[in-house]
Amino acid sequence: MIDLLYILAISLIFLGIFCNLAASVGLFYFPDVYTRMHATGVVDTLGTGLILIGLMLLSGWGNALGKLLLILLFTLLTSPTISYVLANTALKRVPADTNEGSECPANSEGEGSSNH
Amino acid sequence: MTVFVIISLRDLFASIILMGVYGLFSASFFALMDAVDVALTEAAVGIAVSILLLLSTLSFTGRAEKKSRQKPFLALIIVFFTGALLVYGTFDLPPFGSATSPAHQHVASYYINESYGETGVANLVSSVLASYRGFDTLGELVVIFTAGVGVISLLSTSQKALKTNGTTNKLVAPMTTHHILRIVSKMLIPFIMLYALYVQFHSDFGPGGGFQAGAIFASALILYTLMFGLQATLAITSQSWLKFFAALGVLLFAGTGIISMLQQHNYLNYNVLASDPIQGQHLGILLVELGVGITVTAVLFQLFISFTGYMLNIRRPA
Amino acid sequence: MNVAESFNYWAVMILMMSGLYILIAQGNLVKKVIGLTIFQTSVFILYISMANITGASAPVISEASSQTNLLFSNPLPHVMILTAIVVGISTTALALSLIIRIKRAYDTIEEDEIHDMDAQ
Repeated sequence: MIDLLYILAISLIFLGIFCNLAASVGLFYFPDVYTRMHATGVVDTLGTGLILIGLMLLSGWGNALGKLLLILLFTLLTSPTISYVLANTALKRVPADTNEGSECPANSEGEGSSNH
Repeated sequence: MTVFVIISLRDLFASIILMGVYGLFSASFFALMDAVDVALTEAAVGIAVSILLLLSTLSFTGRAEKKSRQKPFLALIIVFFTGALLVYGTFDLPPFGSATSPAHQHVASYYINESYGETGVANLVSSVLASYRGFDTLGELVVIFTAGVGVISLLSTSQKALKTNGTTNKLVAPMTTHHILRIVSKMLIPFIMLYALYVQFHSDFGPGGGFQAGAIFASALILYTLMFGLQATLAITSQSWLKFFAALGVLLFAGTGIISMLQQHNYLNYNVLASDPIQGQHLGILLVELGVGITVTAVLFQLFISFTGYMLNIRRPA
Repeated sequence: MNVAESFNYWAVMILMMSGLYILIAQGNLVKKVIGLTIFQTSVFILYISMANITGASAPVISEASSQTNLLFSNPLPHVMILTAIVVGISTTALALSLIIRIKRAYDTIEEDEIHDMDAQ
């Protein structure tokens, strides 16, 4: 029974690592700001969550389980919020129907732009 | 590596974000090297506060960098020469991770062996920071207090001007349209403050301490300011209270030393603060870390208010 | 001169030299502050590398570690680096406030333009 838990935890962690790697690859290959946001925002959260669940299975009952659960909740709460904020800001700067989002922002914007 | 991209980029905003990534790499490296206190401090202070201040400056100075007119050959030659000298110097350094290097003999082994018996504090870094090297920590606290004083004197705005111009400027107007962000931060801010208090008072038993706790509490306050506007924050804390709290922390630290002196012992000798030396050490470390946490919170939040308040004032339409 | 033993130090030297190069060669003042921060962080990495002992645990005494091993990483450089990190951001904060005042006075933060304005 312990072996099954161990194998399950290791496979979850590897799945999480693969998800994060896929998100990073998507960051390079996708052409536009919004598609990149979609890749990283969704898949990154999933990957981190899977790694944390695998670690929770490995740690057993105790203090570490509670702390990992809190970290999981925090990640699930903040990571999609961050991608929402980035996408919202991108929407206000770069309209979705033009192709400006794929260029480096230094070329299209000059000095003195405020950001918040 | 990240640093080479930072050199080659001319977009300052992207450079600052990459600085955040570099800080994250350093914090993970510190955690890997079993330096858990340092990793927590680097993550809280070095990434959150430093990147925040850099971005606040950037919103005023603009994000593009001008291309330099001449090629920096002299700088490259100097850098390569210095680098070669330093690499030659590393040949004499002890191999990485050896237990017999001179840095681990003498004082460090005394701290590791005697610290728990003399102070009763399980976290060796906390006991060395607050008790054995308490004088250095007092100096560090005064340094951050001086930085707060310096920034206040350079970027001063009157309280009245901040209150009247709060909602007309886009910089610190409340983010009323970002509903999701407001709800999530309303949920998280109390827990961030609670976590800061946990880090503050748990420094005896695990990684933690006053600096990390102060930075985390200040970031909770800064999150509140970003979401709900500078006016709302100034309704609960005024600048004079922040200055008072900044000075109060330093006074707490220095005063603990004075109390020791009043009992005819050395400055910052905690053994005399209670009847039992170990209890005295516990009490002394608690008071000192509390002073550090209060000052760091007040100074970091005051820095943020000074930066944004100054830019608020000078962008006021004439 | 074993590569595996000294690799940490060489990586630190490369980071340090990159920070120094940004500090000397780039004209923009905010970029210089970024270079200073990179320089400081590389020094921290050097200290923490020197404090590490292979096979040791973090310098926190718990019930588990007091029975099994007495080998801890050196806590003294950790304390020094804690101080150094806080001093580093104090310096950064003051430098950035100076930059804001410079921008207000000269309307630019490129170093050569400021020198030109001063020379007039």
